[in-house]
Amino acid sequence: ADAKCLGMTSSYKTLLSRCERVYIVDGVSQGIRADGRGGKDYRHFSLETGVVSNTSGSARITSEHTSVVVGVKAELGEPTSNKPNCGRLEFFVDCSALASPQLEGREGEELGSHLAHQLTSAYRNEECLDLEALGVIPGRQCWVLYVDALLLEGSGNVVDALSIAVRCALTNTRIPRLVVSGEGEEMEIEVADNPLDSTTLDVSCTPILVTLSLVGDSFVVDASAAEELCGSCSVSFAVDPSGRLMHTCMGGHGGIPYDKMHDIIQIAQEVAEDVFGLMEQKQQEIVSKSLSAHDMT
Amino acid sequence: MAGFEFLSPEGLRVDGRRPPELRRLQCKLGVFQQADGSAFLEQGNTKVLAAVYGPHDVSRRSQALHDKAVVNFQFSMATFSTSERKKRPKGDRRSIEMSLALKQTFESVIMTELYPQSKIDITVQVLQSDGGNQCVCINAATMALIDAGIPMKDYVCACTAGYIEDTPLLDLNYLEETARGPCLTVATLPKSGKIILLKVESRLHADTLEKVLGVAEKGCKQVHTVLDFTVKDNLKHEISAFQ
Repeated sequence: ADAKCLGMTSSYKTLLSRCERVYIVDGVSQGIRADGRGGKDYRHFSLETGVVSNTSGSARITSEHTSVVVGVKAELGEPTSNKPNCGRLEFFVDCSALASPQLEGREGEELGSHLAHQLTSAYRNEECLDLEALGVIPGRQCWVLYVDALLLEGSGNVVDALSIAVRCALTNTRIPRLVVSGEGEEMEIEVADNPLDSTTLDVSCTPILVTLSLVGDSFVVDASAAEELCGSCSVSFAVDPSGRLMHTCMGGHGGIPYDKMHDIIQIAQEVAEDVFGLMEQKQQEIVSKSLSAHDMT
Repeated sequence: MAGFEFLSPEGLRVDGRRPPELRRLQCKLGVFQQADGSAFLEQGNTKVLAAVYGPHDVSRRSQALHDKAVVNFQFSMATFSTSERKKRPKGDRRSIEMSLALKQTFESVIMTELYPQSKIDITVQVLQSDGGNQCVCINAATMALIDAGIPMKDYVCACTAGYIEDTPLLDLNYLEETARGPCLTVATLPKSGKIILLKVESRLHADTLEKVLGVAEKGCKQVHTVLDFTVKDNLKHEISAFQ
């Protein structure tokens, strides 16, 4: 990951003068950010689920300048040879030119594959998702979950927003129940007749990513586009609902002072707890609402 | 699909519409803060987002035109937009073809002579596809251009029409499009009544062409009514926000 990717999805018009940079960096060192947040505050976001009808699960995260839609499609496919009993997860991120005209050709593809790679690494840990439950016929058929994210608008810290939307979509995914009959070479798979007869995924250990950016000498959570341009390096932690760290990844240039590591890990865990709380609240709302038509605003 | 009824004995289509009925059209302007103009348009179950950036500088001097603006159009379909997962959202031949066709359509409507040496970027993203993708994209792009304040000669209103079981149908959904009957895509400029885009990709008997074209043109007028109402309504809201 290089610095180019850090500021890439910020508004294509983001230009910072030296004075603005000084303003942001000095402000952060005094604990005041340009939009009035504290160092550990996330920007307000809203989550919606079930926004796309052709999918097994979908979610949308909207914040002031960020909008990501994630759709999960469950299809039958072949398992990998080293894990014949498990299903597969495949990530794909599409950086739409709606976010910025610069993302039209190869730049958008590069950023998309970079983000998809970050998500894949974060989910590589076997405990994130119970992939064994997605196996159908060992060695021959399994469920493949295609997680497709579409970045419509992004302004700083896109990775975190993506991970939240992905987790929300996975929580929302319904996999049809299968009836496997027959033996040996002639096994048959039948999908249950009732479309509502489906299983959900176990997301109790599925993480979200929390990125902390180093601006000057201090770390901030959920950097805005301008802050990302002023920042040097960033570190992303994948934290699961119980506060465990599943994956760590660094980006940008520069290094993190060793004595700050303990503090930032703690900050990441605290922030993740708040975000999980919000997602849990959202989930309760969905469960209590009756099944309504898909609506997109 | 033998035995599948596209037209019930009572004259109702698969989704309960009558043959000359348009799908429900809903539009929202200004859905993105960063884009100069944006729109979200829903026609039945087809949902499209459009964004306009510009007029702004051309990134490469060699691309700039001395007397008018360059119009750049990009068409893209989300991987989850169709019931079968689409592996390549953009860059496949169909998308490039569609982008080129739409670019030419809008180049003739936008008053590009007012912005020499600059570029206008239009992007459309199909979020959910249920027939009439090209038309909904044209309608969404028109609304996004209006939201961006880019001067145009007229609205561009588009609609599809088909001919199944001896009846001309307006605004085909996905099932009707794949029914192997003819599908006509028409884009018009409502004030002058001129047809700016006409596309038929299947066999259509010359005798039925006039009928189907007539139905499509009426559909475009209906689309224009809805779009015009949305624009004026939006303006009213903006004015009242000032007071």
